[in-house]
Amino acid sequence: MRGDWARFTDTFLNAKVMHKYLPDILSGVVVTIELAFLIVVTGIAAGLALALLRSLAIRPLNWLIVVIVDLFRSLPPLVVIVLIYFGLPSVGLSPSGFVSTWLSLAFVLMAFSEEIFWAGITSVDRGQWEAARSTGLSFGQTLMSVVLPQAFRLTIPPLTNRTIAITKGTALGTVVAVTEILGQASSAMSNSYNPSPLIMGAAAYLVLFFPVVVAARWVETKFAWKR
Amino acid sequence: MNRPIVDARGLHKHFGSLHVLKGVDLTVAERELVFVIGPSGSGKSTLLRCLNRLEEPSSGSVVVDGIDMLDPRTDINHARQRIGMVFQSFNLYPHMTALGNVTLALRKVAGKSRAQAEALGRAALERVGLADRAGDTPGQLSGGQQQRVAIARSIALEPRVMLFDEPTSALDPELVGSVLEVMRSLRESGMTMIVVSHEMGFARNAADRVVFMDEGAIVEAGPPAAIFESPAHERTRTFIGQIQRH
Repeated sequence: MRGDWARFTDTFLNAKVMHKYLPDILSGVVVTIELAFLIVVTGIAAGLALALLRSLAIRPLNWLIVVIVDLFRSLPPLVVIVLIYFGLPSVGLSPSGFVSTWLSLAFVLMAFSEEIFWAGITSVDRGQWEAARSTGLSFGQTLMSVVLPQAFRLTIPPLTNRTIAITKGTALGTVVAVTEILGQASSAMSNSYNPSPLIMGAAAYLVLFFPVVVAARWVETKFAWKR
Repeated sequence: MNRPIVDARGLHKHFGSLHVLKGVDLTVAERELVFVIGPSGSGKSTLLRCLNRLEEPSSGSVVVDGIDMLDPRTDINHARQRIGMVFQSFNLYPHMTALGNVTLALRKVAGKSRAQAEALGRAALERVGLADRAGDTPGQLSGGQQQRVAIARSIALEPRVMLFDEPTSALDPELVGSVLEVMRSLRESGMTMIVVSHEMGFARNAADRVVFMDEGAIVEAGPPAAIFESPAHERTRTFIGQIQRH
């Protein structure tokens, strides 16, 4: 019994291995944070921009938006990463693994957040538009001052959920040699012949994402719509 | 008759295959209160909504206070400030206070500073008897109070004419009086008003002219006493008989 436990800790919680590879894991954490930050900012900004464009109701443009959005909602994120990383060099562009992962997940987040913002915008009663326009507010002023503030409250719960789900996809970057947490952990595992770094990686993800999940829960209750 | 504030001629409106307005002419003089009545689906609301171009007329002309509303060169957002509109469902902005509702267009469209807008907004709320509720959100107000805030939102912009689209239809009966009271005081202050409503008592007391619409056209118009007591047309008589029985 005692021996089993020793063998378990030696395999999965090996202090020497952990100590040795801690700097690698920490540098992976930095890369994951950079990647996640870029994906969230650009993905949500692009999604909002597309939703605003769509509200202009220019028919050919809206078809294009719907096609792009549905494309990125259907493709598995890993497929998008691989397509960009291995496909673009054939047209003369060679994005790094980091850039490929960032762009891919940002596109996916853009697609989902566009749909969420669009649902929020369309759920605002038509009477709100009419009241605002009847007082002389322009289309843009009505959108910004009257419609979007109401739409945002409705979008926050689905948007935070989707953002967390897609941001965790940064781990997929390991496939295209991004040195984020999982990438660092698995190379440390192959170098040390010991899976302890993987446990560290998992712990790093928890430390990183658990507060985000808790914060999301707080934001959701805070923005719950009171009429 | 004073010069017309609203001059609409030959208005047609099609919604797909539906012909909702079939050549409506409506001229409203300064300080006049015109009541528009008619069965549901007769085109009353569409007529009102064509006057400030919330609805695009299929053909015809609309001139409000000398401005050609259908001219593409007209700054429609500027023109709409002169035309207040009150809706059946109030349509207050739920994320803003009463004062926020009233001051939004003052700041964004009329170009007032925050301090100026708030002074004008408070004055408008005062006129509808809600000065003490300026900080409340629509959710904290009764239907009647919400509709009065909606009226304040319009009159704060000092419009030349006010359009009322069934302003009391969504209200509980005991709240109707307070809204009619505000409309009566607006009338006394000389506001030109076009009112789509079934408040016949109010029409009798306050209206200068009652217009009866049916199937997208004006059937007849005249002073309230004439329309209510001795309508010229059978359809008018039938309609008035129906609503008075209720």
